[in-house]
Amino acid sequence: MEKEIRTEEPRLMKGNEALAEAAIRANIDAYFGYPITPQSEVIEYLMFEVPNRKDKKTVVLQAESEVASINMVYGAAGAGARVMTSSSSPGISLMQEGISYIASAQLPCLVVNVVRGGPGLGTIQPSQSDYFQATKGGGHGDYHLIVLAPSSVQELADFVFDAFKLAEKYRNPAMILADGALGQMMEKVVLPKDNSLPKVSKPWATTGKTKDRERNIITSLFIQPEVMEKVNLELQEKYAAMQSEVRWEELNTDDAEVLLVAFGLSARICQKVMDLGRAKGIKIGLLRPITLYPFPYKRIAELAEKVDFILDVEMNAGQMVEDVRLAVEGRAPVYFKGRMGGMISTPDDILNEVEAISEKLNVLHQ
Amino acid sequence: MEEKLILEDGIEVEQVYRRPETLTDVPYHYCPGCSHSVVHNVLMEVVADLGIQEQTIGVAPVGCSVFAYHYMNVDMQEAAHGRASAVATGIKRVMPDKLVFSYQGDGDLAAIGTAETIHTANRGENILVVFINNGIYGMTGGQMAPTSLPGMVTSTSPYGRDVSMVGYPLKITELVAQLPATYYVTRQSAHNPNAVRKLKKAITKSFEYQQQKKGTCFIEVVSNCPSGWKMTPVETIKYLEEVMFPYYPLGDLKVPKN
Amino acid sequence: MIRGTIKVDTKICKGCELCIIACPQDVLALSVNFNEKGYRYVELISSACTGCINCALVCPEAAITVYREPKPVKKAQAKV
Repeated sequence: MEKEIRTEEPRLMKGNEALAEAAIRANIDAYFGYPITPQSEVIEYLMFEVPNRKDKKTVVLQAESEVASINMVYGAAGAGARVMTSSSSPGISLMQEGISYIASAQLPCLVVNVVRGGPGLGTIQPSQSDYFQATKGGGHGDYHLIVLAPSSVQELADFVFDAFKLAEKYRNPAMILADGALGQMMEKVVLPKDNSLPKVSKPWATTGKTKDRERNIITSLFIQPEVMEKVNLELQEKYAAMQSEVRWEELNTDDAEVLLVAFGLSARICQKVMDLGRAKGIKIGLLRPITLYPFPYKRIAELAEKVDFILDVEMNAGQMVEDVRLAVEGRAPVYFKGRMGGMISTPDDILNEVEAISEKLNVLHQ
Repeated sequence: MEEKLILEDGIEVEQVYRRPETLTDVPYHYCPGCSHSVVHNVLMEVVADLGIQEQTIGVAPVGCSVFAYHYMNVDMQEAAHGRASAVATGIKRVMPDKLVFSYQGDGDLAAIGTAETIHTANRGENILVVFINNGIYGMTGGQMAPTSLPGMVTSTSPYGRDVSMVGYPLKITELVAQLPATYYVTRQSAHNPNAVRKLKKAITKSFEYQQQKKGTCFIEVVSNCPSGWKMTPVETIKYLEEVMFPYYPLGDLKVPKN
Repeated sequence: MIRGTIKVDTKICKGCELCIIACPQDVLALSVNFNEKGYRYVELISSACTGCINCALVCPEAAITVYREPKPVKKAQAKV
């Protein structure tokens, strides 16, 4: 998010509410959703706030299910609207069929997942255990979402704008992969400026067949295998082009001997680990992927050449670590530290892990 | 096609009926004698007659009519199985002045999509739902539908639908008619010329009501499936009249109060 | 009796016979010939057609175009 569009004073806001306010300011045409903890404040905020904004014509509809929500998103996106939904893990699982259709029909939209611990009904506590689902497609077929992983309330708001920009640029669904803690916690945020996200032209939308054009059809059905393969090849070309959008943040990587890799909330915790470690003389650096798809494989590979080892920290059983290992390709040892089911590693836990690994490697080297 | 012809004995005749211009030139993939095609024809004829081609957006289902958009020359979206009315809701909500219809079969609308169907109607979404009920799953090869009649032999009820095991055929149109936000609910057929004329009137009224923003209009069309029923098209007409209509009586279930 | 006729797009006719049973004049029948798709298509077998459009209404393929003699007033003018 460019600095110049932040013209307002900072506000103290809950993550889910900052996200909802950003959505209003991004001039979404419609939001369809179904309440689920820990993200229900998104629809609550929109329902309360939109009627007070006389200049906004945003449709906010509570659907009968996440299944209906995502299919309403499909319909509205197909009609050319800027449209979004939000949910949390079990609800996102319900949406996967629809998301696969949206990816195949190449419709831009935003899906926000405020992740909670699973599997199953799981817990309402924060987790990052939907990384695979978010970055590897999630539903059936070969497809990807553009996935943005905020690590602050500020980014939760900013990424609404970024996600729509990317979704509309590539005609692809985008996902913001947050977690229950980000959704629920209050932080300082400077909201994106209202009306600062221009609408893009969508000549493919089903707005009614006028005489000057052929009819527009939104479909994901390509029954002839030759055609279906061609569509797949087009999608793959698009995903290849999207790789240029990769974003990450690096802290203290110049002199780092230990590299932490973490996204979202885990990266916030790892910042503290880094500070604690450096105070003890351990040269820790941090790489935080901001886009989880595309993933910063190349940069991680570069850093792997320079560090003694990499510790990947997540709030799950080890999901992003697979991508880290794919990036590293044996250039450095890669370790994993994670907790599951809504539990979060403390900075001390992680620092202890760093020290234990260092000791083990030193023993090996001696 | 010529506007006028001269008969052998010199009498001049004028064109009084032709294929609606709102159909594409693509020949239907449906089996011979299938009601789907007749309903497509009538629907597109109404769109042509009312001059609403530019305002109309259709939603195709999953089922035999999954390719409805090949034939109907209007903007269309293809929905996931059962979700056509949710997709139609999405379209209509962002373009309230356009005319939106969903076209769905019995499996789509009354089995996998029951929740969407009921809740779309319960919200009174200002759309037209066209519901083709032929009591069988045609596309997948003649399996039991939620609307298959008691005792009906299908590939998944090879000894006849046993209501003690799988329940009774779902009269979803009656359910929909109970909902306060629905405006016009009717059960029609397309099995003979008169039925087609009535169906055309029902579709015409539904689009007019939609223009007046009256709420959900819901038209069930009790239809045939020659291949699924394993009958000739002519035999299906008799089966409709003797077996289907007694269970699914034709006529309006809910008409606007004036 | 009002005179009429039909033209059948025999290429897309699937010979379902629904028009045959819908015809009040019994002037339609399946051809002995087959079209490219292998269907025996329907054809007009008599000049007793009244152009009532029943056949076209029930034709699933929208394959029938119907012609009818104009109303008497117009007919008189036409004959002049």
